[in-house]
Amino acid sequence: MDPVVTTAPPPSLEVTGLAYAYPDGHQALFGVDLSIARGERVALLGPNGAGKTTLVLHLNGILTAGAGSVTVAGLPVGKRHMAEIRRKVGIVFQDPDDQLFMPTVREDVAFGPAAAGVRGPELEARVLKALGQVGMAAYVDRPPHHLSFGQRRRVAVATVLAMEPEILVLDEPSSNLDPASRRELADILRSLDVTVLMVTHDLPYALELCPRALILSEGVIAADGPTAELLSDADLMSSHRLELPFGFDPKSVREKS
Amino acid sequence: MHVPDGFINAPVSVAAGAVAVGAVAVSLRGARRELDERTAPLAGLVAAFIFAVQMLNFPVAAGTSGHLLGGALAAILVGPYTAVLCVSVVLLMQGLLFADGGLTALGVNITVMACVTTVVAYAIFRGLAKVLPRGRRSVTAAAFTAALVSVPAAAAAFTLLYAVGGTTDVPLGKVATAMIGVHVLIGIGEAAITALTVGAVIAVRPDLVHGARGLTAPLKLRVGGELVDAPATPAPAPAPAAAGSHRKLWAAGLVTSLILAGFVSFYASTNPDGLEKVAHDKGFDKGEKEHDAADSPLADYGVKDISNTRLSGGLAGVIGVGVTVVAGSAVFWAVRRRRDGDGTESGPASTATDDVTAATATSATSTTSATSATSVTKPAENA
Amino acid sequence: MGAGHAHRLYRHGHSPVHALPPHTKLTAVFCFVVVVVSTPREAVWAFAAYALLLASVAYAARVPPLFWLKRLLIEVPFVAFALLLPFVAEGERTEVLGMSLSVHGLWGAWNVLAKGTLGVAASVLLAATTELRELLLGLQRLKLPPLLVQIASFMIRYGDVVADEMRRMRIARESRGFEARGVRHWGVLAKSAGALFIRSYERGERVHLAMVSRGYAGSMPVIDEVAATRAQWTYALTLPLTALAVCLLGWTLS
Repeated sequence: MDPVVTTAPPPSLEVTGLAYAYPDGHQALFGVDLSIARGERVALLGPNGAGKTTLVLHLNGILTAGAGSVTVAGLPVGKRHMAEIRRKVGIVFQDPDDQLFMPTVREDVAFGPAAAGVRGPELEARVLKALGQVGMAAYVDRPPHHLSFGQRRRVAVATVLAMEPEILVLDEPSSNLDPASRRELADILRSLDVTVLMVTHDLPYALELCPRALILSEGVIAADGPTAELLSDADLMSSHRLELPFGFDPKSVREKS
Repeated sequence: MHVPDGFINAPVSVAAGAVAVGAVAVSLRGARRELDERTAPLAGLVAAFIFAVQMLNFPVAAGTSGHLLGGALAAILVGPYTAVLCVSVVLLMQGLLFADGGLTALGVNITVMACVTTVVAYAIFRGLAKVLPRGRRSVTAAAFTAALVSVPAAAAAFTLLYAVGGTTDVPLGKVATAMIGVHVLIGIGEAAITALTVGAVIAVRPDLVHGARGLTAPLKLRVGGELVDAPATPAPAPAPAAAGSHRKLWAAGLVTSLILAGFVSFYASTNPDGLEKVAHDKGFDKGEKEHDAADSPLADYGVKDISNTRLSGGLAGVIGVGVTVVAGSAVFWAVRRRRDGDGTESGPASTATDDVTAATATSATSTTSATSATSVTKPAENA
Repeated sequence: MGAGHAHRLYRHGHSPVHALPPHTKLTAVFCFVVVVVSTPREAVWAFAAYALLLASVAYAARVPPLFWLKRLLIEVPFVAFALLLPFVAEGERTEVLGMSLSVHGLWGAWNVLAKGTLGVAASVLLAATTELRELLLGLQRLKLPPLLVQIASFMIRYGDVVADEMRRMRIARESRGFEARGVRHWGVLAKSAGALFIRSYERGERVHLAMVSRGYAGSMPVIDEVAATRAQWTYALTLPLTALAVCLLGWTLS
């Protein structure tokens, strides 16, 4: 399954010429162009400080573009459609403790839809469905800090899924997970029927989950192509401070799968 | 110093409750103006921080330790409105979850500990920050003084409430002098920790220190106007220098608390809290026999040397105020001298220290330890 | 605190008291304490009646007496204070076992001790039978300003997280051979406190981002609400109303 061909208009995410400088003058993005079609799973790779997180914060309008534009499912990101945009773009932050701010799992998952005005049985159904998708339905009344890290990450994904987003944006989804939790999360992500943008420097994980990858380096998209091809290009990788783990050969993985 | 039920009579508790409600209402509005929609998460996290930092033990010496009360620190770091909210929420939760402080005394507790402490600390801090030369050191010096005064100010406010609505006729003069005297000592510990903590935050994220906003803003503008990397080079350089001058600058304050704490804790056993401490001391003065701190030579000390309790109580008060003034002006002076030139501060600093040492010797006769180790009632850090 | 329950006084159970809606319990405890505080101290028997009332509630809540009494230790410092009042207070004096004690002070000590203990006992019962989350819902239902409830809720949610960070910093200090022994080390501890503040504040900012990302616009959506039936109110208010009767009797008899 390699739906690299952009078929269904409009794309889930379209970023054109995005540039941004922080108020202190530090410029993080220098004209980012990318387009992600509906249903695609794309990895956004890049070294530390490449501007990955800055880019992510533009996708739902937390940061406002200095130049260029972001559109989500045809809707420009801006003050006018902010509520709609934030419902459509589900960001899973790196630290699940930041994301799970409510006293119980259920309330946390309900927060997004409730803020969008969903109430009563419909809200309950949404919560259970989202938790079911990540296999955490049994933990509905637990306080988040009683869960393991892997469980918290899954609930964090559920909080976003409950909003039925157009695109799921994950910031370093595999960080701090043990191999089993990592695999479970991968299974969950594969089973979802949404567009996924995964920001990571876990290259094997990107290869495992995302057919397509982008490399963000020094504030621009430096490469865009099938993940396996990018990872196999030793020169490209080293010029952007990306390194494969010891003993990992992307070609062998591709042949196996 | 959480006041329990039945300590202050009903009408005054109600009145204090009304004051507390008013203060919280004003603070809610003020905090919303400052933080807008970020109020809830930020104030909540700051409240969690205060809750946690109250569990952080600062060892004084010989097994005694104290912890931060946090009112002044909160006021300086996040501003008075948010601070009142945070401390009030901490008190409310302590009352409901840990039965720490009576429910009917919640108003009294919030008025004294959340309002008086933060407002006094913030007013003094801002006042000093305006008077003193601009800069990081002034901010820490101002923080020291603000925290130092805020604690006895809260004690004075409590005494006032007790004078109006106390359920037992304890000689008020005694209560006042003893309360304020003890809390001046506690205040010195609080001041040192607060100033050090504010200093630590300023060194890393000066923008987060609410009370120093006026001080960093013009600095930033000039930086923006000039070369970007020009301030970047001097920035790391002053860090060690500042740390060095830190120490010198606060020679007075720190040495004072060091000597006080060292001297005092020589006499003091681990004691619960200022409020109970006052009661203890009073008991000793009367030659009470069955007190549980028999190992503390303080009892003998007090009875032997100063038999007149009024005198020793009064002395404590006078000395307490004296210490405040001396420490404050020493910090002031040191700052002034640093700015004027590279003159050595050893002169004023050591003078102040000597004064204080002398003062300590007497003040310890009726009051004790600059600590307030109430960790008994707090959730254990490692539970 | 880090191990399991953030709320150490809570005792899990399924008693009728546990089942009461939180706001009724909050109201009942608060009214009860108010009644206790306004009882004349000379009516000694009234306080015994209050204690009996609380004991029956504890029985209904199936809170074992030992558990309950242990929690009462929280007020030990005040017992110490109260015991000293007779020696300090002014006024008429009396001789007990060869010590000169103030009559007024004795009454004062009794007053603080009795009312303080009953207050703590009532609070402990409330805390032992009400879950944290419920407590917050109860406060919300009692029309505490929503912003205050939110702050409290965030404080409780992140109290453990912040305390954990503090513990990790301590472990990091200790593993590098640092042990705070005296005033000389305050600088290092204060640096930790400063770092803790910065981390807390920055986490607050990140939490805010996470909230905004899910559609937060200044007010919390109401997800859960607690409601109480008339029967539940009656049941909960039995405690303060009985106490009130005792109190009124106390005023008329003394």
